[in-house]
Amino acid sequence: MKNQNNFNSLPLSPSVDKVGVEERVSRFQKRSIKTNSKMDGLKMVLNMIDLTTLEGKDTPGKVRQMCYKAIHLHDSFPGLPTVAAVCVYPSMVGLAKSMVKDSGVKVASVSTAFPSGQAPLDVKITDTKYAVDQGADEIDMVISRGKFLAGEYAFVFDEIAQIKEVCGQARLKVILETGELATLDNVRKASDLAIYAGADFIKTSTGKIQPAATMQVTYTMLMAIRDYYDETGIMIGMKPAGGISNSKLALHNLVMVKELLGDDWLTNKWFRFGASSLANDVLMQILKTDTGKYQSSDYFTID
Amino acid sequence: MTSKNKNWEYSPSLEGTGHIKLKKKYDLFINGKWVKSSSKKYFKTINPNDEKLIAEISHANQKDVDLAVNSARKAYDTVWSKMPANERGKYIYRIARIMQERAKELAVIESLDSGKPIREARDIDIPLACNHFFYYAGWADKLDYAFPNRKTKPLGVAGQIIPWNFPLLMAAWKIAPALAAGNTVVLKPAETTSLTALKLAEIIEESGLPAGVVNIITGHGDTGASIVNHPDINKIAFTGSTGVGKIIQKAIAGTDKKATLELGGKSANIIFDDAPLDQAIEGIVNGIFFNQGHVCCAGSRLFVQENIADKVIRKLKHRMKSLVVGNPLDKNTDVGAINSKEQLHIINKYIKLGKKEGAEIYQSECSIPKKGFFCPPTIFTNVAQSSIIVQEEIFGPVLTIQTFRTVDEVIQKANNTPFGLAAGVWTDKGSRIFNLTTKLKAGVVWANTYNKFDPASPFGGYKESGFGREGGMHGLSAYLKLS
Repeated sequence: MKNQNNFNSLPLSPSVDKVGVEERVSRFQKRSIKTNSKMDGLKMVLNMIDLTTLEGKDTPGKVRQMCYKAIHLHDSFPGLPTVAAVCVYPSMVGLAKSMVKDSGVKVASVSTAFPSGQAPLDVKITDTKYAVDQGADEIDMVISRGKFLAGEYAFVFDEIAQIKEVCGQARLKVILETGELATLDNVRKASDLAIYAGADFIKTSTGKIQPAATMQVTYTMLMAIRDYYDETGIMIGMKPAGGISNSKLALHNLVMVKELLGDDWLTNKWFRFGASSLANDVLMQILKTDTGKYQSSDYFTID
Repeated sequence: MTSKNKNWEYSPSLEGTGHIKLKKKYDLFINGKWVKSSSKKYFKTINPNDEKLIAEISHANQKDVDLAVNSARKAYDTVWSKMPANERGKYIYRIARIMQERAKELAVIESLDSGKPIREARDIDIPLACNHFFYYAGWADKLDYAFPNRKTKPLGVAGQIIPWNFPLLMAAWKIAPALAAGNTVVLKPAETTSLTALKLAEIIEESGLPAGVVNIITGHGDTGASIVNHPDINKIAFTGSTGVGKIIQKAIAGTDKKATLELGGKSANIIFDDAPLDQAIEGIVNGIFFNQGHVCCAGSRLFVQENIADKVIRKLKHRMKSLVVGNPLDKNTDVGAINSKEQLHIINKYIKLGKKEGAEIYQSECSIPKKGFFCPPTIFTNVAQSSIIVQEEIFGPVLTIQTFRTVDEVIQKANNTPFGLAAGVWTDKGSRIFNLTTKLKAGVVWANTYNKFDPASPFGGYKESGFGREGGMHGLSAYLKLS
């Protein structure tokens, strides 16, 4: 178990050069993923997806159907994995939990006044506690970006540490909302802050703000995870969310994880995709790899 | 459900060779025609990846050189120097466009013949070679604006001798400015990598460039010597080893031949403790492992501020693990084959020497193909300025790592070498960058990047790294008489 660090133990974050990051990232995109490695990669992607619905108009019916899909991605093609988790609002956790049962699919809940995080700490704690009590396996919290940008790093740090305490057994993903942090230097600083405050996972975005999970941002966060691992030997998970809507981009992300962190991270215990439309594109590619033909989108279910 | 089986590996992804056209035997391109060498001798060019024969190349002798120089002279006197400058430009543009159309073929041949990864040939060598032609084509009719208030006149016939590390790109660096300035050319590629220069000859033929303006002849060192010593050559442009550069300078002493020499290097790559570290690691890797380290400006001497040395070395070793060494034609290959058996021998000799000098060696734990000429990416720590492997150019994927304490110390050590081609500086501090760029005695200083090239940017060295500049307006003036 990770020892609870205090804010004073937070190291100085290294600076990040955007031009250099773009160059490095372009190299991952040039790896050629074909035949076996493509098929293996696509199945891995499916198994790493957090199938997500986070809308004001979410209803029990919608959540029920999405949970069914999470376990039955494309039953006419045997041998496919399930997704990693379903990701819902706290009010839907109980229902989702009853749907996924012992399928192995986890239930993740956003919390802490998602997506803005603009609520007092006690509200955030209550929000999180409710989700955990309802049976959430994972909590996706948002950081207080306003406080971060105002330079109140200790506040942000303490908030994460307190939510972590409320989580108990549930794994904590900390959403940085990188689209609002603007610079890669900020992304790096927020990543270090979240990791040292107790995050099990760091996550790019809520999906409500653009840009979201660009490869540059994910790269920067992965390097924070790498450095922390080198310092402490403790693994931290990564979840890019928002904007990864096709297989190619997802595979490029896997290449990046493999080369920066190693094969140990290539499981859904340590890497996730937060996405709603990615699964069907991956399914389309898997079937194409098998049959040699692309099917129309009508052959893939939308739930 | 968590599934974790075997490690995820990239399947081989070989670039096809079905679309390339190569002859079994190549003759000399003189006066717009393919002519047999009067030596009647051919030598083999092989694929450094599997040591298999690719083609046979003509070995030009003195008589062939005479023929080539005479046809270049005739073309200069009768056609090229008389042609309106904008017409000259049109031909150069045409060559650039045909090269671009054939980019894929050129990239594959370059990779086959030189051993460089297809990714580099495709993304760097060939596009940059095309860009040099495009860039200088634009200058052809604007020479008076490049050098205001001065009269420009071409030099005449240029003899050009190029190395094996960037075969087509070096041909472009040499031919494009020479033509734009109104000179005619006799070019000799390196003996291990003649093929893309000969393909360029085919492109030049197709472009309809007047006969004799560009002559491409192949051969060994003796062919090069005949060019250098030919009395009717006005300018020698040479890129290659410092040893040969010195011989050339002796040979042309006392003649009125002009010369530009771009020679060896042992460039310093300097990492300060406030640098964006992960990007600096990338810069180190690009600096020394790009093109298997066969780069005259390779950042082969790494200087790391002592307080971050352990961290940098740890990160560098980790980064080296993900370098793919292997078949140059595989799209996933990062480090390809060493260009020749001879060069591999030289590199291995230095690696052995490094160990003997007591330096600590680390090599990538990658699988190396059984056949062909390969050398794993290699770093040496625990070295000093006084180690031979720090002083001499190795021209392979071998990096030496030294530490330093202060800015003054690193400037002194970086300059403490007979070479002076390039340097890299990694720091977050703008003022420090400018301080170092003024004090480092190197033709190019890169800040927070390395091995970046552009046709508009001049390139060249100090001291034993040569003299004269190629690229940009500086490169143009090397082919002009200014009055």
